[in-house]
Amino acid sequence: MTDKKSFLKEKARQIRRHIITMTGAAGSGHPGGSLSIADIVAALYFEIMKHDPANPNWPERDRLVLSKGHAAPALYAALAEAGYFPVEKLVELRRLGSMLQGHPDMTSTPGVEASTGSLGQGLSIANGMALAGKLDGASWRVYVILGDGEIQEGQVWEAAMTSVHRGLDNLLAFVDYNGLQIDGTVTDVKSLGRVADRFASFGWHVLEIDGHDLDQILEADAKARETKGRPTLVVANTVKGKGVSFMEGKVDWHGVAPKPEQVEQALAELAN
Amino acid sequence: MTMLGKKIATREAYGDALVELGKENPNVVVLDADLSASTRTSKFAAQFPERFFQMGIAEQDMMGTAAGLAAAGKIPFASTFAMFATGRAYDQVRNSIGYPGLNVKIGATHAGVTVGEDGATHQALEDIALMRAIPGMTVIVPADYVEAVQAVKAAAAHVGPVYLRFTRGGVPVVFGDDYQFQLGKAALLRDGGDATIIACGVMVGAALEAAEALAGEGLSIRVLNMGTIKPLDGEAVIKAARETGAVVTAEEHSIIGGLGSAVAEVLGENCPVPMKRVGVPDVFGQSGGAGELLEHYGLTAANVAQRVREVVGRKA
Ligand SMILES: Cc1ncc(C[n+]2csc(CCOP(=O)(O)OP(=O)(O)O)c2C)c(N)n1
Ligand SMILES: [Mg+2]
Repeated sequence: MTDKKSFLKEKARQIRRHIITMTGAAGSGHPGGSLSIADIVAALYFEIMKHDPANPNWPERDRLVLSKGHAAPALYAALAEAGYFPVEKLVELRRLGSMLQGHPDMTSTPGVEASTGSLGQGLSIANGMALAGKLDGASWRVYVILGDGEIQEGQVWEAAMTSVHRGLDNLLAFVDYNGLQIDGTVTDVKSLGRVADRFASFGWHVLEIDGHDLDQILEADAKARETKGRPTLVVANTVKGKGVSFMEGKVDWHGVAPKPEQVEQALAELAN
Repeated sequence: MTMLGKKIATREAYGDALVELGKENPNVVVLDADLSASTRTSKFAAQFPERFFQMGIAEQDMMGTAAGLAAAGKIPFASTFAMFATGRAYDQVRNSIGYPGLNVKIGATHAGVTVGEDGATHQALEDIALMRAIPGMTVIVPADYVEAVQAVKAAAAHVGPVYLRFTRGGVPVVFGDDYQFQLGKAALLRDGGDATIIACGVMVGAALEAAEALAGEGLSIRVLNMGTIKPLDGEAVIKAARETGAVVTAEEHSIIGGLGSAVAEVLGENCPVPMKRVGVPDVFGQSGGAGELLEHYGLTAANVAQRVREVVGRKA
């Protein structure tokens, strides 16, 4: 394994540990969909994105919009690991007065770029940022992470048209394809069929990857950068709850926090 | 060159002011949802095509895109009919714009029953209520062209989300060239001691007319133009109640949640006096001519005058 890859793997592992600790301490939250994006978030903050934790408002930074805002623990963990704020803060998740709100709040947390949580809104916000970047002739890029259930929202498809119509090649959208939402599998609740085909038919440059394979994530970003005139959508095949045996693939772990003994077991599994 | 007395829609002011802003500030951008001819943003689009974003019939996406533009330093004016800006896209306005306090201006035209023949689906009568309930949202309802131009500029200068409400139809110009719109301040248009009419939008003209008629009956009526509904100039409201002892509000909006409610909230807590709200009662609008509809729902100088007589009669 290359140094870079082992470094990113280690970051993803730390992020997963934080997700467990934070949600355990909070007694609520969304571990499943946070764990499924841990590798993508690690790759973004520790390799792909140009950013400066000491200067969160640096105008030239790349931006991530976490459209599936309930996965905030993954974002907060990455931001803390990157140095935006001390990791000790993470256990304050969801407490009264905390800078770490239950869903991302750009006014409370340094490094959070958009306030999300009401699903379906992040791609529009990311489009707006990407448009501003184009207007300014800037080189910074915009990333967005959508849920596979979230894309049932109509606004996502309004936004999907906008990204293509405006030729936003400075935008990369991930769909965290973990196959689960709250009431069951995405297939059972309301199937979109092949998500890759749907976005391709809207004119997107579409890639499909294993969302837990760091090489594939980095490669997808490289391909997106080479693609001119249209946005790139990456269908990231993932496992909800990834990394914690008793959470993997279980719809029940969408929005339930682990109990103390479960925290212990999960951390043991994530020990190395 | 004064425009006094001329009838002109406040949406014209929106279009004209945007063009002026476009010249002054390169960060001003305009979005529209397939209504640019109606909202008059087409004027901006013609002059600054690279800063005009046609979003198609997708109001939710438009609001989100405006949020993203604002997050990256632009001053976006998101434009559509009041109905769709506040109804279709409420969640986006609340969560993507209001909650983070982003610097988005919402230019909402075709508000109220004066939309006319298109009927109830196009006549927003609860938009002020919805926008007023969002923390940090500034809500402006200009009374005429003169005030509207200034209000658009004040909105651009203000940092934070602003909701601007414009009419489709012509409204008589009531302000001279010397008028100065002040965000968050009521404008005293006529002083008096027997009662106060607090009005906004198209009802300001009716309020002045009512006061004039009542003067003939020996009643001296104060008239306040409440161009900013939020933050409300509570001081002017309380002062009016203390000094005149009775208040009538007048607005082209539901009597639930709009200017009348805002004034009632202040009076109820600080200085209860006999009060009456003139507005659309708790019903949907309907098709008809703008003038006919104003008449039908009692949005007239005669009805305002009648309500003033009633509250004056209730004074202790
Ligand atoms: C507009 C909106 N409707 C409903 C919800 C409640 N909700 C939160 S998460 C969720 C399921 C999301 O599923 P998915 O996008 O697949 O997320 P993931 O599996 O990655 O956790 C729902 C319905 C919401 N937050 N926003
Ligand atoms: Mg899912």
